[in-house]
Amino acid sequence: MGSLMRSEQMVLCQLFLQSESAYSCVSELGELGLVQFRDLNPDVNAFQRKFVSEVRRCDEMERKLRYIEREIKKDKIPVLDLGDNPDAPAPREMIDLEASFEKLENELREVNSNNEALNKNFLELTELKHILRKTQQFFDEVDTQNRTLRTVDDERTGLLVPDNSVSAVGQRLSFVAGVILRERVPAFERMLWRACRGNVFLKQAQIDVPLSDPVTGDEVWKSVFIIFFQGDQLKTRVKKICEGFRATLYPCPESAAERREMAMGVMTRIEDLKTVLSQTTDHRHRVLVLAAKNIKNWFIKVKKIKAIYHMLNMFNLDVTQKCLIAECWCATADLDKVHHALKRGQERSGSNVPSILNRMATSQKPPTFHRTNKFTKVFQSLIDAYGISSYQEINPAPFSIITFPFLFSVMFGDFGHGFIMFLAALWMVLRERQLQAKKSDNEIWNMFFGGRYLILMMGAFSVYAGLLYNDIFSKSINVFGSSWSVPSGVYFFNDSVDNWLTSATLEPSPYHLFENKSGRYYLPYNETTSSFSGSPYPFGLDPVWAIATNKLTFINSFKMKLSIILGVVHMMFGIWLGLLNHTFFNQAINIFCEFIPQVLFLSCTFLYLVVEIIYKWVSWSAREPNLDTLTGCSPNLLIGMINMYLFTGGQYNNTLDPITHTNYTCSSANPLFGQEGEFVQKFLVIIIAVCIPWLLVPKPFLLWRRGVSKKTSNRHIQAEGDIIGDREEIIHHDHLQISDSNDDAHEEEESIGDIVVHQAIHTIEFCLGCISHTASYLRLWALSLAHGQLSEVLWSMVLKIGFTMNTGYFGAVVIVAAFPFWACLTVAVLLAMEGLSAFLHTLRLHWVEFNSKFYKGEGYAFEPFTFEHLLDDTPVE
Amino acid sequence: MSIICGVIGLVIPFLVPKGPNRGIIQVMLVTTAVCFYVFWFCCILAQMNPLFGPELNKEAMYIVAQQWNS
Repeated sequence: MGSLMRSEQMVLCQLFLQSESAYSCVSELGELGLVQFRDLNPDVNAFQRKFVSEVRRCDEMERKLRYIEREIKKDKIPVLDLGDNPDAPAPREMIDLEASFEKLENELREVNSNNEALNKNFLELTELKHILRKTQQFFDEVDTQNRTLRTVDDERTGLLVPDNSVSAVGQRLSFVAGVILRERVPAFERMLWRACRGNVFLKQAQIDVPLSDPVTGDEVWKSVFIIFFQGDQLKTRVKKICEGFRATLYPCPESAAERREMAMGVMTRIEDLKTVLSQTTDHRHRVLVLAAKNIKNWFIKVKKIKAIYHMLNMFNLDVTQKCLIAECWCATADLDKVHHALKRGQERSGSNVPSILNRMATSQKPPTFHRTNKFTKVFQSLIDAYGISSYQEINPAPFSIITFPFLFSVMFGDFGHGFIMFLAALWMVLRERQLQAKKSDNEIWNMFFGGRYLILMMGAFSVYAGLLYNDIFSKSINVFGSSWSVPSGVYFFNDSVDNWLTSATLEPSPYHLFENKSGRYYLPYNETTSSFSGSPYPFGLDPVWAIATNKLTFINSFKMKLSIILGVVHMMFGIWLGLLNHTFFNQAINIFCEFIPQVLFLSCTFLYLVVEIIYKWVSWSAREPNLDTLTGCSPNLLIGMINMYLFTGGQYNNTLDPITHTNYTCSSANPLFGQEGEFVQKFLVIIIAVCIPWLLVPKPFLLWRRGVSKKTSNRHIQAEGDIIGDREEIIHHDHLQISDSNDDAHEEEESIGDIVVHQAIHTIEFCLGCISHTASYLRLWALSLAHGQLSEVLWSMVLKIGFTMNTGYFGAVVIVAAFPFWACLTVAVLLAMEGLSAFLHTLRLHWVEFNSKFYKGEGYAFEPFTFEHLLDDTPVE
Repeated sequence: MSIICGVIGLVIPFLVPKGPNRGIIQVMLVTTAVCFYVFWFCCILAQMNPLFGPELNKEAMYIVAQQWNS
């Protein structure tokens, strides 16, 4: 059968690659992605391997590419992604690549540094420009003030005192001007005041436009300030403070004419700088646009080269230094493809010596390789998440494709919800290509998208389960006509009001219990009063249960029994899959000492329960007028189970005789099978008791016996083995031999103590597991009950309000208003949350309850050397 | 239903076209048929011989009597 049933047959191959064609051969194998190379120099330090310098060069190239990419992102140039897959370039092209990257990087760095210098210059000039402008304003103001002041002074005191103190002091004042970050101004002002004891005068004005920082390119807001002070001592102090606050000081000439001249000069220089700056940015942009076209391809190329050299580092050098020896795992079915790839590689490199591929014999455990397609992948990954299957062991994944959605649907069964889920998954499946191309980074979306086929299946199965549960958004539909009807003898409304019925049970038996305001009474026995038509509703649950007040009593009983049946069938299936494993690996000992007692154990305990359940369903009916088969006399399975283990006989049920209203004792002694049944039950219990030691003892004993006989014959085998080894043509690698012999030694070392302990644990796990796992399947019932109840609550609390209103059209308005609310809650709570919880419970049922019956999961995954993932995760940032 | 499941589980598997996925499709079909059948069959069995009937309140009983009793 398909490779999904068991993992592919693997073979260990030895490759002899000519040193000149090794690179291209490995590159071809990487494109193929079907071989997994083994590291032949695990003891060699990563820095002492052969192609370390090449790997380092690749690292260097990657660094340069990352730098260029960062620059591209800074300029917001769109990166062209054609999605093409360039071949790994030949080794001699690597130098060209290196050279071009080097050139690009240097160019960019130069442009950047120039740009930075120019920007800095530009900033300084603009700051100076602002200073000159602001100070000009300031001086103008002062001048006019002074003039008015002077005229006033002149008028007042002109003749009395020849005063020159004001102007003399004013002339001796010196000042500094500069620019400071706006947020630093208050602190700066306070510091100046305190340090100079109020002897300086600060005047500041804000620059209206933001300036760009030359290094980071951020926008900064700055202020111009001018400080007046007297004397050199204050001057040094002021300058120190300016330095401390990172204010930049600019020379500002004292006379107005000089200032004007300077401003003119600054303006022309700014204009010049602007043209130069635009030219450099243009140049930079051109370079980056050119680089952006190729950068993806370059990344892929460099990554491929690096991957190839990494692989080559794992190879061994021949004694003659002329060829490389590699060892790889490969599926037997793919050997031809590998041969072809090697040939192509040899042709590409122009070498005329072919590479040689040898199959090697080994006792090492091969890796597990399941060939999956896009549909089976998600199911395989569910199993792999539990454990990679051992080599060639039966893989639960192909069965999970159906059982997983099925068990999910038992919990999630609702036609409406299932259908919505199905449609959502169908949309994802149909628009697969477009959605895949978008490559979203949203983890949750990717998770749902990855599981689209699983969701599709779960949705489809939930539709089926919903139909069987007769549950559509918690409502039922009556397609085939209910099997229950209200007996014709019941009159409701033509009686007097006092006798109106409050409720009635539609009895399958001809006895009818009714309740009205005066009490309960039975309708007399009459063949026609049976409410049950005799044949069950043909598909799924009868719609009458949806409106019954005792709905849960019936539904719970049904779902509980259903989950036990499904669970036992599922577990039994798991044990039988174990048989396939034992026959495949020729382990007769496991069949007789494990499989058979396991099957017997499960059969005698819970398969018997399933038989009882079905027997009760089939042969107990309340339809006949025979009192023995009435409801009260039907056997109680749980108590029957307990009695079976206690070796006590069947119980006697007391029930109320509906006619005489007296206690009535059922006549049957053993509710299920009578006297013979009791004997059978005792027999079953004895088998169960025998199975436990049967599981526990024989296997370790036989293994021990085998171990003893092996040791005695071991010497002969060793002698023979030496001769065979000499004859073999394949050059065994030393390391492999060492590890092989280690493995052999390890196997022998497993002592009798370990085996016994292992078997004891296994036995206890199985026997207790059978009981707890059966109980665990009851989660099918519990979750399904929870889901049904939740959707019913949502219906009755939200949408039903509008329907039950007696206010005419207003009810319609309420329905319309409540619908979006109901719909959102349905999707969020019932589909998303409940779906997730049902999914997790199903996962557990598969991992624990099913897999524990046969699945070892002790393998390791086949990780072929492939370039595929390089294409996906290129520049992840 | 028995016939449908029989066809899905016993007939169609022989008609699956040859290909690398033939085995897996066959397994899927058979398992689907078994699952569907067991589920449906349990439904039928559980309702075949009812031990108790649905309890209806006054309104429900009236509507059932009106609508379903043809």
